[in-house]
Amino acid sequence: MEYIGNTEADNKQMLTEIGVSSASELWSDIPQDKIVTQPLGLPAGLSELELRKHLRNLSDRNVNVEDYACFLGAGAYDHYIPSTVPVITKRPEFYTAYTPYQPEISQGTLQSIFEYQSLICNLTGLDVANASLYDGATALYEAAHLACDHTQRRKIIVSRALHPEYRQVLKTYFSDAGIDIEEIGCAQGTTDLGELRQKINDQVAAVLVQQPNFFGCLEEVEELATLVHEHKALFIVDVYPVSLGLLKRPGNYAADIVVGEGQSLGLPVSFGGPYLGIFSCRKELMRKMPGRVVGETVDNQGRRAYVLTLQTREQHIRREKASSNICSNEALCALAACVHLSSLGARGLKAAATASVIGAHRLADGLKDLPGWRLNFTAPFFNEFVATAPVEADDLNKQLLKHKIIGGLNLGRLYPELPQSVLFCVTEKRGPEEIENLLNILREIKQ
Amino acid sequence: MEKSIFAYQSEPTEYIKSGDSGAIEALIPERFLQRQEPDLPQATEQDVIRHFSRLAGLNYSVDTGFYPLGSCTMKYNPKINEAVADLPGLAGVHPYQDEKSIQGVLELAYGLEQFLLAVSGFQGLTLQPAAGAHGEITGILLIKAYHRLASKKEKRRIILVPDTAHGTNPATAALAGYEVRQVKSDEAGDIDLADLKQNLSPEVAALMLTNPNTLGLFEKNILQVSKMVHEAGALLYGDGANFNALLGLVKPADLGFDVMHFNLHKTFSTPHGGGGPGAGAVGVVEKLIPFLPVPLVKKKGEKFYFDYKVKHSIGKVRSFYGNFLIAVRAYAYFLALGEEGIKKVGRQSILNANYLLRKLKDVYEWPYRRSCMHEFVITPKTGWQVNTLDIAKRIIDYGYHPPTIYFPLIVHEAMMIEPTETETKNTLDEFSAALLSIAQEAQTTPELLKKAPVNSPVGRLDEARAARQLILKYEKAR
Ligand SMILES: Cc1ncc(COP(=O)(O)O)c(C=O)c1O
Repeated sequence: MEYIGNTEADNKQMLTEIGVSSASELWSDIPQDKIVTQPLGLPAGLSELELRKHLRNLSDRNVNVEDYACFLGAGAYDHYIPSTVPVITKRPEFYTAYTPYQPEISQGTLQSIFEYQSLICNLTGLDVANASLYDGATALYEAAHLACDHTQRRKIIVSRALHPEYRQVLKTYFSDAGIDIEEIGCAQGTTDLGELRQKINDQVAAVLVQQPNFFGCLEEVEELATLVHEHKALFIVDVYPVSLGLLKRPGNYAADIVVGEGQSLGLPVSFGGPYLGIFSCRKELMRKMPGRVVGETVDNQGRRAYVLTLQTREQHIRREKASSNICSNEALCALAACVHLSSLGARGLKAAATASVIGAHRLADGLKDLPGWRLNFTAPFFNEFVATAPVEADDLNKQLLKHKIIGGLNLGRLYPELPQSVLFCVTEKRGPEEIENLLNILREIKQ
Repeated sequence: MEKSIFAYQSEPTEYIKSGDSGAIEALIPERFLQRQEPDLPQATEQDVIRHFSRLAGLNYSVDTGFYPLGSCTMKYNPKINEAVADLPGLAGVHPYQDEKSIQGVLELAYGLEQFLLAVSGFQGLTLQPAAGAHGEITGILLIKAYHRLASKKEKRRIILVPDTAHGTNPATAALAGYEVRQVKSDEAGDIDLADLKQNLSPEVAALMLTNPNTLGLFEKNILQVSKMVHEAGALLYGDGANFNALLGLVKPADLGFDVMHFNLHKTFSTPHGGGGPGAGAVGVVEKLIPFLPVPLVKKKGEKFYFDYKVKHSIGKVRSFYGNFLIAVRAYAYFLALGEEGIKKVGRQSILNANYLLRKLKDVYEWPYRRSCMHEFVITPKTGWQVNTLDIAKRIIDYGYHPPTIYFPLIVHEAMMIEPTETETKNTLDEFSAALLSIAQEAQTTPELLKKAPVNSPVGRLDEARAARQLILKYEKAR
């Protein structure tokens, strides 16, 4: 199946008009001995029917969160997505448009991004938000990068209770770049304030924590913020946006930059992507912010309209002096988040958060009474928590799969100090009977 | 003017039962809880659907018309690709599931990698980067790691970038800690070999080259360029944004590129989403494989698995494994076209561009008088009382999306036109007729262009005011 509309006759006529006898004259600049003559080794083209069957077969070979009860989170969350979201994001006017470079015919994209930015500001309590970054991990990197640039300091401190993959991304980007990354350990599941107090000094550009953190525990963000600001470093918080239906807005505890993975706002788990990098900051940092931003203005008849603005930060204008190299972002994912939040409203977001918290605590309560199980931490938690199992986590999960359950994350692989530990996650999609069922099955799994 | 989503005052539809919110206080200490709800819209489902549907109607898109935006490859986005990306066994897979439970997903990723290797000639690949620029930083970090391992004392601290390069190239090099040096283009529109020679030194880590370049021209000295770069001990980075011209025609690795990013959202038909998500796979030659990000997808017998043991891996450039559902669409595109279809893509895109160029080259200024590849650059004729912006805005009135304008930077008043292979001769004829008519207007009734667009939802915007007032979010008080 091909998507070329011209017939052979059309092509012939076009060649005649161009004035060449063969198309190959058009690419005579290409070294002739480099033109592909051997088969590429691709399969023969499929019909749409064959293609659908093939993909269906591949799809059927994966366990998925629609058919299984998912208790796995760790940065990708199985929340309920209102049916409004795909209806809008599948509108071709949105998904087959490019970046809104021509505002007169892109007001749909521009206004929706403006509304997305507004929603993110209202959730985080910060002054400005950009139009999106690739994902939570790269958003965190961009925040750290901005902090180093803003403070002219070359050291960042990261909590070990921050997502291990995000920390790995920081290391990759900062490797050999003259930026020191220091990690702070945990006590009872949250960032060790004592250790931070020892390690922080006036050379530190920023302190990076996650709220709720990777273990699901709630960080003492207000104490952290005070300590960080005593040293004039920036306080960067990586948030789980659903939690902001209940938890204090980071702007209220003086966070300077708030980033997050926006997948939980209307995007399916999607085997890890496309996701949505949320970025918001205080006004003072705005001119160093990475990525696109939409602003409000008027057209030549005074009508309110929207346009990409503050572009002098960006690569197409500033080139090597740009605040970031990002060009394409995750606009359609930002639209999904915008429709998701607009559909749920504050009450719906709170309901999702509340049901998730209640479900997680129900599971934790049940688990701690099971023989051989214990909860690792005493710190308050949101909708994820760590428990130590009487068996190896991988074995446990294998058993659970047989019962059509996707178990929690095996933490031992990422944190050797937590052997046989599992990070469980509960969202509003897990009803009480599913939690009960999980507990019953776990009760039967013996050492 | 469309009203704001914040302007609605109705009762939101209840999607999730509120449950016992009183129970929360017993579970989470008060100091963590907000006292006031966030300010989110108050709209019913009907409000939401109407609001965003009306917004959709204000957009121009590939599905509503011809979109010759140069360097962006706005080809048709096949609908079957959208349909399969929704399959529950693809969209509903959690990234941390056990390998045994995701064999179909891994097979798909592995399969796409094989296809991309087949058309590029590279030996190793990662699907992790989320876009072209993300692929660039990945590729440059690979190059940095390679040089670091090759020699501890040698300091290669410079990256060369031609003056035609896209802004992401110098921005990427700077981000990776390199000094950026610009190399001139010559009169024919190729990279200037003498200037390249001048700039090459043992301090140069890489040349970042786009081929075809952003003038739409094939760098005809490419073999000489790659020889010079390699003899200086540097590597050749390929910006694959323009790979559509070469697809099925020539493999970048055969031209001497050591590493190249693909824009799956350009060459491989995945939609642009109003600015993203895209996907930016990176292909490399053998010697760079040990540096690729983890994990790699491998196959052993009939089983697929993640390999985290990559000897000198740079680590990870994003969470999880990249924009997987975009990879699904690109994979479906490869399967639909197959060997025969893929071989036509580059050729047809070149033919279409040259045909359109033929129609326009005598009426507009045509600075680089050579056959083009998949796109070309023209400008207004000297003496016209209008500029490129005016022409672009008038194109809107004729019902089309304007080309890329004011890029590349080395051409004054550039208009970069890329028709892609999916457009028919008929569309190209109609579009060229519109551009010829606009050229006429430019000379007889320039005010028509200055006032344009008039047939769009809004007129020209006050961009200076946007930058001065900086209203970046909705404020109720206003
Ligand atoms: C030549 C060139 N290089 C790089 C890029 C950046 O690609 P992306 O937007 O996918 O990051 C673009 C995109 O417009 C481009 O045209």
